[in-house]
Order: sequence, then structure tokens, then C-alpha cells
Amino acid sequence: MARSLKKGPYIAHHLEKKVVKMNESKKKTVIKTWSRASMISPDYVGHTFAVHNGNKFIPVYVTENMVGHKFGEFSPTRTFRGHSGNRNEK
Amino acid sequence: MARIAGIDLPKHKRGVIGLTYIFGIGRSTAERILNEAGIDHSVKVDAWDDDQLTKIRTIINELKVEGALRSETQLNIKRLVDINCYRGMRHRNGLPVRGQRTKTNCRTRKGKRKTVANKKKATKM
Repeated sequence: MARSLKKGPYIAHHLEKKVVKMNESKKKTVIKTWSRASMISPDYVGHTFAVHNGNKFIPVYVTENMVGHKFGEFSPTRTFRGHSGNRNEK
Repeated sequence: MARIAGIDLPKHKRGVIGLTYIFGIGRSTAERILNEAGIDHSVKVDAWDDDQLTKIRTIINELKVEGALRSETQLNIKRLVDINCYRGMRHRNGLPVRGQRTKTNCRTRKGKRKTVANKKKATKM
């Protein structure tokens, strides 16, 4: 189910503020964020975000193709190590 | 012989059904095409005359079917895989993409069952 257009995309305001500040000062630092539900807006292209996955921060370098996705999609929360029987994986 | 969009249509079928043999055309699109061309749905494929065939061809030319459609879906999947997002990963691992359960079912994506008989014995993948 898509979000209502009336509301616009969900972006955590603290993220928005930090990116605007960075774009003004032309600096590039990694921004730590817990806001996995925030949408990646076009302004974020070229920046690196450290997206929390519940355990640690996964660095995500935002490219043009990622616009419109959400941060959580790039920071997997589960690790699958394979089933006990599959010896040929590894 | 009716050949549309690089596909041989089955001769003995009704027009609506025959058109659905083209990838990218289902029942509703087939119905729309025949309505636009002014052809009765029940006319068999080999009973279409040249006039009607050209009409159908011009309508289908504007649609995205067969190879073009297949490559578009492939590109969409490739984009997801390339940006390394969750859906891309699921495509890569051959698992369901839209959050279905994987404890049981989803055999379409996972393929034939691979039974693990004994914990220590590895069966072939």
C-alpha cells in the first residue's frame, strides 16, 4: 500500500536538517541514523549514511538509483549463515 | 497464418484467446484490442482477413510486448540487484521478494525440495 501523496514522503526531520547543512558547507561526513523508515530524497545522492540495523551501523553510499527507496532496505537486519546440511556452501 | 509480434498464433482458437499467446497480452488487453479493431471476439484466428490483421498489428505495435517487455522486467530486477537493497538480495538468493513466509511453501521461487536426510550427511543441492 503506497503512502498518501498528500502527505509527501516520510523523511525524519533531523536527517533533512543535517543534509541541508552538509550541502551548504560542501562537506561530506558519514551521518549516523536510526531512521530506517526515512525515504532517500534526491538531495542525498553522493552522501554516505550509516544506517542502524539493530546491532551496528551499515555504511550506505547513496547513488541515483536508490532515490525513492528507504534506508532500511540497504541495511539487512538478519544474517543467514546457511543450513546445517549444506556443507558445500562456504 | 497469423504471425503477430514474432509469434505464431494458434489457428484453431478464438481471437481473444489466440491473442493471449503473445507475452504481455492477457484477456483484458486482448478484448480491448479486438474492440478497437472492431472484430468479434469469437472469430477464429485463421478467419481474420488481411485488413483485420493489419488493424490488430498496428494496435499491438504501440504496446510493449514480447522481447521489449521481457527486457524491461529484467532491467527492473537488475536495478534492484545492483543497488544492493533488500528486494535485490531476495532476487539474488532466489527467495520470495514480497515478504511471504519461507518456513513452508514458496516452492516456485525455491525450486524443487532439497531434503536434508541426516544432519551430518550433506545431500546434493
